[in-house]
Amino acid sequence: MHKPESHIDKTKRVISIRDLHKSFGDNHVLQGINLDIYQGENIVVLGRSGTGKSVLIKIIAGLLKPDTGTVQVLGKNVAALSYRELEQLRLKIGFSFQSSALYDSMTVRENLEFPLLRNSRHLSRAQVTSAVEKALSAVGLAATINQYPAELSGGQRKRIGIARTLIMQPAIMLYDEPTAGLDPITSDEINSLINDVQKQYNTSSIIITHDLTCAKATGDRIAVLLDGRFIQTGSFDEVFGSGVDTRIKSFYDYNFIT
Amino acid sequence: MSAKQKKARSAVISRSLDNFFYSVYDMGQFIVRFFIEAFKPPYEMRELVRQCYMVGYKSLPLITLTGFITGLVFTKQSRPSLAEFGATSWLPSLVSIAVIRALAPLVTALIAAGKVGSNIGAELGSMKVTEQIDAMEVSATNPFKFLVVTRVLATSFMIPILMLYMAFVSLMGAYVNIHANEMTSLASFFENAFSSIKFLDFFSSLIKSVIFGFTIGIIGCYQGYNTTQGTQGVGKAANTSVVTAMFLIFIEEVIIVQITSWFR
Repeated sequence: MHKPESHIDKTKRVISIRDLHKSFGDNHVLQGINLDIYQGENIVVLGRSGTGKSVLIKIIAGLLKPDTGTVQVLGKNVAALSYRELEQLRLKIGFSFQSSALYDSMTVRENLEFPLLRNSRHLSRAQVTSAVEKALSAVGLAATINQYPAELSGGQRKRIGIARTLIMQPAIMLYDEPTAGLDPITSDEINSLINDVQKQYNTSSIIITHDLTCAKATGDRIAVLLDGRFIQTGSFDEVFGSGVDTRIKSFYDYNFIT
Repeated sequence: MSAKQKKARSAVISRSLDNFFYSVYDMGQFIVRFFIEAFKPPYEMRELVRQCYMVGYKSLPLITLTGFITGLVFTKQSRPSLAEFGATSWLPSLVSIAVIRALAPLVTALIAAGKVGSNIGAELGSMKVTEQIDAMEVSATNPFKFLVVTRVLATSFMIPILMLYMAFVSLMGAYVNIHANEMTSLASFFENAFSSIKFLDFFSSLIKSVIFGFTIGIIGCYQGYNTTQGTQGVGKAANTSVVTAMFLIFIEEVIIVQITSWFR
């Protein structure tokens, strides 16, 4: 499955990362990352487990602070923002967690209402309900509205997690391993959902994965992360085409992509 | 440099002693952050009320049972000693002093440490390892304010109320035993019981309960909020919350009793 045509505006940079370094003790996870993401673009960050892919998007969302380097999101330097400013910026960023991170003690409705009620207090009850139903319809799970996360399958939880981010109508989506632990059919549904979200909400996205099928289906551009640096960026065919780096080829061979 | 990074470095005194001091330092920072966030608007009133309900109302059956049995058994066990001197009429005042000064605050706090403290540690620990706390943060909600401040305030408010309730139930347990043996009326029992109780007794017990409640809440939240090592860490957080809170409650009890005795 190839990524459908998308409308990338190369004049609008939504995320700009320059010379980003991050270490945990003696473990130098990111060692000079440079990357630009444009309006409407889906970029896939590909790499083996433990290469710092999730650390990268946590820095973008302001959950971790970089050691050196800058991350500009929608024109703002994330590390330099006050807590209030960061909260305002986060409203424009949707973060889909690997574990879905749904609140166990709340129903699907309450999970979706949570960010809305807290950040859009002017909305009426009817408007909140309408927004919840719209977000659930966008992920095709309107029937689960009164269920608890424990009653949902892994794929459903991922979708609800995405719906919870969509409710704030973000400009940027960050997906952390969206297909991890899912069967191929459900993974395919999630890949389609990522593309649908990009089309419907005109988002720019970073998709963290080690699943080449997901990368091929969702990415306008692929960035391969190895030893703390991007060793190659380009379209799927450019990255995995002829003359491919042996380190990338082994990754490709292992995924048995057709 | 975070405490965890400091821990990873070579030991200054010994690894276990270093870890102890780093934990104390971390805990100190956590408490300071609690006071800063607690006074800074916006306030999470709805969540605070929900937590008060969870801590207070949900603990009532256990508090009722243990309180009643404590009063009943304490009276029954004290009776023979007083009977030797023909002083069973002193039972109501003896029991009330014991219950209000020591038993009610201590037993309530120990029960709450077991029930509420472990619950907070496990709940926040589970939220931490499943990235729910991060999810809250990226939803532009301050998780410390929403999860920690509300829980610590709820335990600090509700433990004193539960303590007063337990004191009442314990005295009722004592009354059942006294009434069965001496046919004392309820009015006479309470008149005798409260004749020896001073304002300082109530006040010191209330202050003690607020401190116990704060201890239970802050320890549970600290352990849960700093959980690592996945599901194994959740169990450890719940367990450590109970053990540490109980240990600190006993130390605080000794200190407060000593301070109160200076005012008597």
